[in-house]
Amino acid sequence: MILHPAVLALVVSSLLQSAMLLFASWNGALILRGWSPGSGSERQLALERRNCLVSSVVGYALAFQLLSLFFFLFTADRLHIQLTGAMCAAGTLNANGYGYPALLLKTADFLLAGTWLVVNHADTRGYDAPLVKTKCRLLLLLAPLLFLDAFLQFRFFADLEPDVITSCCGSLFGSGKGGLASDLASWPAVPAMGLFFAVLGATVAMGVVFLRSARGAVLFALLCGVTFPAAILALVSAFSLYIYDLPTHHCPFCVLQAEYGHIGYLLYAALLGGAAAGLSAGALAAFRKRGSMAAVVPPLQRRLVWTAIAFFLLFALAVSFRIVVSPYRSG
Amino acid sequence: MISLADVVKRFDAGGGFTAVDGVTLSVARGKVTVLKGPSGSGKTTLLTLIGCMARPTSGRIALRAGHRVAIPGLADRDELDVTRLPERFLAGIRRATFGFVFQQFHLVRGISVIENVMLPGYPSGEPYGALRERAMGLLSRFEIARCATSPVERLSGGEMQRVAIARALINDPAVVVADEPTAHLDSRLSHAFMDTVAAIRADGKTVLIASHDPIVFESGVVDVVVEIRDGRIVEGAALR
Amino acid sequence: MLDFALSSLLRRKGKNLSLVAVYTLIVFSVASLLFFVQAMKRESALILEGAPGLVVQRMVAGRHDPIPLEYAGTIAGIRGVAEARPRLWGYYYEPVVGANYTILAEYDGTGAQGVVLGNGVARTRRLAVGDLVTFRTYRNESLVLPVREILPQESELAAADLVVLSEADFRTLFDFPSGRATDLAVSVPNPREIPVVAGKIAALYPDTRPITKREMLRTYDAVFDWRGGMMVVMLAGALLAFVVFAWDKATGMSAGERLEIGILKSVGWETSDVLLLKFWEGAAVSLAAFLAGVLLAYAHVFLLSAPLFEQALKGWSVLYPRFRPVPAVDGYQLAIIFFLTVAPYTVATIVPCWRAATIDPDAAMRS
Repeated sequence: MILHPAVLALVVSSLLQSAMLLFASWNGALILRGWSPGSGSERQLALERRNCLVSSVVGYALAFQLLSLFFFLFTADRLHIQLTGAMCAAGTLNANGYGYPALLLKTADFLLAGTWLVVNHADTRGYDAPLVKTKCRLLLLLAPLLFLDAFLQFRFFADLEPDVITSCCGSLFGSGKGGLASDLASWPAVPAMGLFFAVLGATVAMGVVFLRSARGAVLFALLCGVTFPAAILALVSAFSLYIYDLPTHHCPFCVLQAEYGHIGYLLYAALLGGAAAGLSAGALAAFRKRGSMAAVVPPLQRRLVWTAIAFFLLFALAVSFRIVVSPYRSG
Repeated sequence: MISLADVVKRFDAGGGFTAVDGVTLSVARGKVTVLKGPSGSGKTTLLTLIGCMARPTSGRIALRAGHRVAIPGLADRDELDVTRLPERFLAGIRRATFGFVFQQFHLVRGISVIENVMLPGYPSGEPYGALRERAMGLLSRFEIARCATSPVERLSGGEMQRVAIARALINDPAVVVADEPTAHLDSRLSHAFMDTVAAIRADGKTVLIASHDPIVFESGVVDVVVEIRDGRIVEGAALR
Repeated sequence: MLDFALSSLLRRKGKNLSLVAVYTLIVFSVASLLFFVQAMKRESALILEGAPGLVVQRMVAGRHDPIPLEYAGTIAGIRGVAEARPRLWGYYYEPVVGANYTILAEYDGTGAQGVVLGNGVARTRRLAVGDLVTFRTYRNESLVLPVREILPQESELAAADLVVLSEADFRTLFDFPSGRATDLAVSVPNPREIPVVAGKIAALYPDTRPITKREMLRTYDAVFDWRGGMMVVMLAGALLAFVVFAWDKATGMSAGERLEIGILKSVGWETSDVLLLKFWEGAAVSLAAFLAGVLLAYAHVFLLSAPLFEQALKGWSVLYPRFRPVPAVDGYQLAIIFFLTVAPYTVATIVPCWRAATIDPDAAMRS
């Protein structure tokens, strides 16, 4: 185990998050058992207060989750100095079997928690709070994922031994060596970019269709769900080349380093924001017929669709800008 | 117009206690209504129910018109049933529809008079300047503009009362609710308060007062007196 | 709303001041610690920056042994190697002050006489340029040398206990065999070739051990991080106490505060407005304590050279140098401090805030 202060900070924050989620779930379970809409009994009034507590706790937990996702990447990036063979976060995460699962799960948890908060927000806007039970059930599903995330992260740091030789991004994301990472990297640059811009175009078009006709939110969410991996794929196989000005460097983590102006944080924040907004717009579609939601959901969905489009376009603009200013040209 | 149908409020604490027991009542718009009764009769609790501060255990309270709360899906209805609304919306209704004057005035200590008057306006996100201007207008209307920046602890009882009324009026509510407003005033100030009530009524606002002070319920300004005892309306309440 | 939050904080000065004071102390300890560790890391990185990319030592029976000078010529012939320079250095125990000096020989053989002293050595022995300094050789003879120069104070951490001798004096002092050096400094212009060169050297001379700069850097980093981490673990108790304290402060609301929130709610504030108010209050407290703590820690570490931690974290040499760390703070440090202090505080106050925010609006009517 590497006893770095940042590692401790991450472990502390994941413990806090787990504790918060556990507490929220317990309250959620109480609400599930006793909720009776329309009743004016003191019990129901107390449960409504707890409902407010749950939102507040999960809101804070999500904010920590977002901060700690970036902080985790940043720490992984910093720790590479202490690991033989690692050149950036890619190497650190690869140092044992928990690194990548932890990162993927953190990302997924962020998207799910974001969706949950949007559903929660819609619920509090409705005068009849029609989604309380649904949302508590979803919370009970979400909580174990966050516990698993805390566990994976802990195991990752606990098993991180400085003397284990790991691979650097050059070999992980190098072409033609097999494995998922190098498969991603060996995608030819131009088709990968083409694919990304095509998917982005379809997403934006679907978004516009939704804004005009208020139909197709689910399709839009699915497209957002595709845009996210497509953007990562294009980033690994194509955009990275322009960011590093090197024909062979494909690493999706080196973009986070100071040498490249920390542009990676902007890119990933834009992608995460876009995906979270898009996915939650789709999730809301499931509830648009329930009671007051008919009046609450559509304007909220419109705002989410706008947000998602704005975030994705921000990403596209940022990478296009890099492509234009980069001296590197693909052959 | 506010109508109550068979409203019950029960508290679980201390082995259960029914403060309001099956009240059916209409409060007319633009009139002054007094809830009269001894202390412990449930009139304050009734006031909190009508003022959307608490939800009844059962029964129905409906507000008609005059409310300006944007509740998705309900905005177009003529009559709003407030009994089932979550606290979030009740707060919005309290802010927009009701102005409250409390028994002990309940000004927040440590801040100035003008800030006290502006308090109910903060959550609406109205620009600070406009809110302050409106507060100043109300203070000069009640002739206490000169105390605007002094701390509330320095005020006399009558001044505090007027600050409390100014605060109740800051959001231009349709209904003004007052709980034992004259309990801490001498007779002269109590009569002055009733004059203020008359002025508010002249603005077209509905006024609802809970009091057992004869100066209040025998005042000529009052349109309706409802007598309450043990949580129920005493039959044959005087109507003027 | 922010105005109101601030004035509401100021109205309860006593309570909030004690909270901010304790909070500041916590941020201060964590921040000092991290800044100090970071400064140490930077210092060692600065020192290593001038160090050769690759050092070759000879091993005898698994122990470090003087290396024959012939090795240098062969290693210099490896492709990619610009130079292989023999180095002479060692440690000398000075019984008078009970300190260890690092002794380094100037190999270039310019023939300059006398010694160059590190600042710390000069200070403890009260020596100035031109004074004579006596060493006892391994043959138990006295070696008297004039002081030629005293090193400036910059980067004192590594150079404080340094004594630089001529090659001849070095060999006399330690009775060091001629034709041998302590190790070889190999300079490889292209850092990517260092591992390859190291591999070739190991194959060519199986009795040697090549050490790369990267490995040294890593070791230093790991050591300092580990020390920093240990200290944070020790501080955990204090952190926990702080969280309990914050919880207690946030929970213990006076009747006046409860009534005040009741009034706010009754005049139309929503639960979320009160939560926002509480959030601003917490943010103001956190921000004040965070800034104060970080600034104090900055002053403590970089202006006063961390008198509180020096002994615990440095302690390599009795002559601990008067080390003035180079200011080195980045967002990352601040982020760590944030996660270790603000995050626990925030979590500790969520439930009390919620309690406060869900006070019934009719509370104002009932009192």
